Amino acid sequence: MRIELDINGAVRELEVEPRTTLLDCLRDQLALTGAHAGCEHGVCGACTVLFDGVAVRSCLMFAVQAQGSAVTTIEGVTPGPGELSVIQDTFCETHGMQCGYCTPAMVLVAHALLADNPEPTRAEIVDAISGNICRCTGYAQIVEAIALAAERMRGANRPKDARK
Amino acid sequence: MKAAPFEYSRPAGIDEACALLAADESARVIAGGQTLVAMMAMRLARPTRLIDINRIAALSYIRAEKETIAIGATTRQCVVERDPLVAAKLPLLARAIPWIGHAATRARGTIGGSLANADPAAECALIAVTLDAVLAYRASGASHEVAARDFFIGPMITTLPAGAVLTGVRFPVWSGKVGTGFHEVNARQSDFAFVTAAAQVELGCDGACKRIAISVGAVTDFPMRLESAEQQLKGGKLDYAAVKAAVTDALADIDALADLHASAEYRKRVAIKLAMRAVADARDRALGKTVQDTAHAH
Ligand code: FES
Ligand code: FES
Repeated sequence: MRIELDINGAVRELEVEPRTTLLDCLRDQLALTGAHAGCEHGVCGACTVLFDGVAVRSCLMFAVQAQGSAVTTIEGVTPGPGELSVIQDTFCETHGMQCGYCTPAMVLVAHALLADNPEPTRAEIVDAISGNICRCTGYAQIVEAIALAAERMRGANRPKDARK
Repeated sequence: MKAAPFEYSRPAGIDEACALLAADESARVIAGGQTLVAMMAMRLARPTRLIDINRIAALSYIRAEKETIAIGATTRQCVVERDPLVAAKLPLLARAIPWIGHAATRARGTIGGSLANADPAAECALIAVTLDAVLAYRASGASHEVAARDFFIGPMITTLPAGAVLTGVRFPVWSGKVGTGFHEVNARQSDFAFVTAAAQVELGCDGACKRIAISVGAVTDFPMRLESAEQQLKGGKLDYAAVKAAVTDALADIDALADLHASAEYRKRVAIKLAMRAVADARDRALGKTVQDTAHAH
């Protein structure tokens, strides 16, 4: 089936089989391998992307269902080539990652959370990442990274509808 | 972990969806897909056709209808979670929704999908049974209704006829001095429940219980109302000893589920405790006391 998706701000036309998940479509057809295939059945959260701005599991959707929608992957959150988003920066600073397997999804979840709630409590941050498994960090530094990013983003002068 | 091939249809209306479903007995309806897609990936489900009802606008709504709140089948769980009408009129549902999966699955998961899936541990099913919700479905050009208590008949088994599409659910709204309580035990918050319990009570001006509904979930094949306990407690003050006796009695002879995570004895023991807590919370809230929920920041 032919579908049209807005991927990280650019419209792409693709031919997909109905059984192709959004995750496989991103990875195999669009080479956006930042969306990780961990469990492929909705348990680990590594495949999380932003679907029309909301964090969803891309392994639990077929690409055909995304027809006409906007998908943001980790490749789409940086302000420019060679730069990092505020959230990516704080993940580096607080050592919010080790092997990096869970990281793109964690960063995207943080983007969705902070776009919605610029002043999350610790409990709200924990709740937001509760669907994402990390086998390395013990989560504490991830929570710290998101809290620090929230603080920085609140302090920054930026247009109201900016997502980055 | 890849689904077997299937055909995909995206009907524009409910009757078109029903016709597609009737035409192929191995076709399945897909709503949020948060269970179905995983089942397909594991090849535990192999539908020949998926009928995607996500874009049928008429199936997504939350509105007041007489003494009920009506919710469309494809209304996302995250939408219900944030809805002011639900918060004001259906506090029990509002309390339970954050316990369904996690934010990323509630972003896709729907109310109707959870009901039709009929997982014994599902929070939506528990609340539907507790509040005596009425489910609506469409089959061969006609609309039908079924009470939640007659809908769930086994683990992942409902009385929804083949070829029917669930269209919505109506939750009765209670008025007066109403309080609600919900408790859940699981391995990790947002994981499948081992035991859930819900209670809603209405107190009279004298503080006596006028109306009460108590249910437990994940303990038996489908959510179970503790009817004998409700009858016993009506008219009383819902004090600790009375609630304990009534709930223990109601759960005495049940055949509890058992698996790797929780034995039948454990489930039964926890069900008694959680049901007692749910009733106590409901009573205290009806009395205007502030009761903290055990978890979930919102
Ligand atoms: S790969 Fe999607 S949740 Fe694990
Ligand atoms: S950093 Fe290794 S899984 Fe999270």
